[in-house]
Amino acid sequence: MALPKYTETRYRVWHYFYLGICTFVFFFLIAPLFVIFPLSFNAEEFLVFSEGMKRLDPDAFSLRWYEDMIYGTKNPWGLAAKNSFIIAIFATLGSVILGTVAALGLSSRHMPYKGLIMATLISPMIVPLIISGVAIFFFIAKVGLAATHLGIVIAHIILGTPFVVITVTATLSGFDHSVTRAAASLGSNPVNTFMKITLPLILPGVISGGLFAFVTSFDEVVVVLFLAGLDNTTIPIQMWTGLREQLSPTILAVATCLIVLSVLILVSAELLRRRSERLRGINR
Amino acid sequence: MSSETNKILTTDGIPLEESLKKAERKNKIKAFLLVCPLLLFLIITYVFPIGEMFTRSIDDKMITNMLPNTFKSMESWDGQDMPEESVFENFYIDFKKLVENKEHGKLAQRLNKEKNGFNTILKKLFRQIQRNKIDESGSFKEQITSLHKRFNNVEYWRAIKRTAPPYTMAKYLKGMDLFIDENGGIAQVEEDRRIHRILWLRTLEIAFFVTVFCFLMGYPIAHLLATLPMKYSNLLMICVLLPFWTSLLVRTASWMILLQQQGIVNDFFVMIGLVSDDNRPEMMYNKVGTYVAMTQILLPFMVLPLYSVMKTISPSLMRAGKSLGGTPFVAFWKVYFPLTIPGIGAGCLLVFILAIGYYITPALVGGASGTLISNQIAYHMKTTLDWSFASAMGLMLLTGVLVVYWIYNKLVGVDNIKLG
Repeated sequence: MALPKYTETRYRVWHYFYLGICTFVFFFLIAPLFVIFPLSFNAEEFLVFSEGMKRLDPDAFSLRWYEDMIYGTKNPWGLAAKNSFIIAIFATLGSVILGTVAALGLSSRHMPYKGLIMATLISPMIVPLIISGVAIFFFIAKVGLAATHLGIVIAHIILGTPFVVITVTATLSGFDHSVTRAAASLGSNPVNTFMKITLPLILPGVISGGLFAFVTSFDEVVVVLFLAGLDNTTIPIQMWTGLREQLSPTILAVATCLIVLSVLILVSAELLRRRSERLRGINR
Repeated sequence: MSSETNKILTTDGIPLEESLKKAERKNKIKAFLLVCPLLLFLIITYVFPIGEMFTRSIDDKMITNMLPNTFKSMESWDGQDMPEESVFENFYIDFKKLVENKEHGKLAQRLNKEKNGFNTILKKLFRQIQRNKIDESGSFKEQITSLHKRFNNVEYWRAIKRTAPPYTMAKYLKGMDLFIDENGGIAQVEEDRRIHRILWLRTLEIAFFVTVFCFLMGYPIAHLLATLPMKYSNLLMICVLLPFWTSLLVRTASWMILLQQQGIVNDFFVMIGLVSDDNRPEMMYNKVGTYVAMTQILLPFMVLPLYSVMKTISPSLMRAGKSLGGTPFVAFWKVYFPLTIPGIGAGCLLVFILAIGYYITPALVGGASGTLISNQIAYHMKTTLDWSFASAMGLMLLTGVLVVYWIYNKLVGVDNIKLG
């Protein structure tokens, strides 16, 4: 972004001003996440940097909140983490299967009423979450699945499928359909063609849609608050109750773990995106 | 030239046109069958329940079913003078049945909402029935009206008549701080009880300003990301994507730490001498906290669509604008900016709609001013269990969102939305 030599002073000033704004915004986006790290290793109970921490005194740091998170008595985090993972994994599987199959149909050029059906399929992403929550709650309560894992899984499949549909249709838009015709002409049946030809090619899109669905489920709190009973508590619910009552360092320990998890997800999503672009032949 | 002989036939002897149509139909069905599982799943679990929200929100059948005979005999009553004997007799029959089924409490509760004072007089009637004090061969009108002077007040009978229709708009009116008064007209509730209107306005205000802030902060960085060489922009993109993938509650927690009175932001202000140490401003539990936290949380949703649109704009366009004599500002305003409008539209729409249904972050960092319409819906779903009111407010919110869509579609066109 070096400026050409002939740039007038006022544009030069403006340019540095613009870079300054951008720096501020990037800082604003990323810095809050880094506050949590050091404070979760605080030896004291307070959520401020102690004098010892500012001097980088090793005694001011400890792992006690991580111990509390894992071994603490009456600590809900173990159960919550287990539930969160179980629910998110099944919700992701459900979303990926339903969403991918639907995306295959949607990207066929023979699909009738494409616009209307697409709108219906992605509506859970567009309707405000609280309204989706009320509607889904009515359904889950009516079929008697309130306060069960299955009920929450169904709710999260509803919320997760739009992401899968969108990412997979996007991947399929650059998909060369002549390869499936070639497979068919060589005598492969549709299922075989899908498993051996189509799926490997669209896999990056499918997985990144799945990642979206996973994160949606793993981070979802509005709908779960309506549906969960005591046995189905999840990490977001525990965070929500914890933050409402009292911000404890244990929550920061959990938050740190979640940030690490999101870094992992980010890295895999990014790798998948690049692979997908390579496969689709998009070169930038 | 007869069409009979000119038709092209396939090897089976079927006209090609027909054969092609058949194949087309087969493909259509195949495509539709693939979409079917998800479509059915969503219709059953999602679309129907939203419809059910509507029926629930206007449903008032409970009382219609409780007083069937009364409402029937009231049909001929014009509502001017006291109703006739038959109305009283049927009311007595209905009420006695409710007492037998132990449902009179529900009726009293419902009627009391319609007009204050029903609770007392119905309790009185209930006690009389329990003690078998009502002479079923005598005049019901005389006996009932002598129980309490309110039974002699025609207003109360009018209130009963008003509850006759199985559907009511009352919940929607309540959501706008209106109600149906004694004459059947629409009136405003007392000024100090108009809470919902404040909440609607506050929700709109916060959603609007958060969208504006996101736009103002998101546009420059999206532009920078789109114009920087790949190796730098990929690195900076992490700053956008990491918050995007991080749990909403984690980010809210970090703002709670930053903004507290002994927090780092205040420390910084004290350090640079902006405020004195013993006079630290309250930045959380008010609107400042809500705006700051929500802007940071929703910013990636603005940056990503903007970025994907800006990425497609060729830099040579700006150069062309400048070479034709435009200053950089003119070239930007006349060439670059109009091309980014689809991205601006998508980003603003996304942020606005996410913001309008938000309640976790405002509830945690917004204090008393962090109560938005979504909190109210959740409160009625979970605490008061007034599900029909929650449904009514949810649908009002949904209507608002759909209006925003409609306007957006008129201005930009939904097809121009670009996501990620």
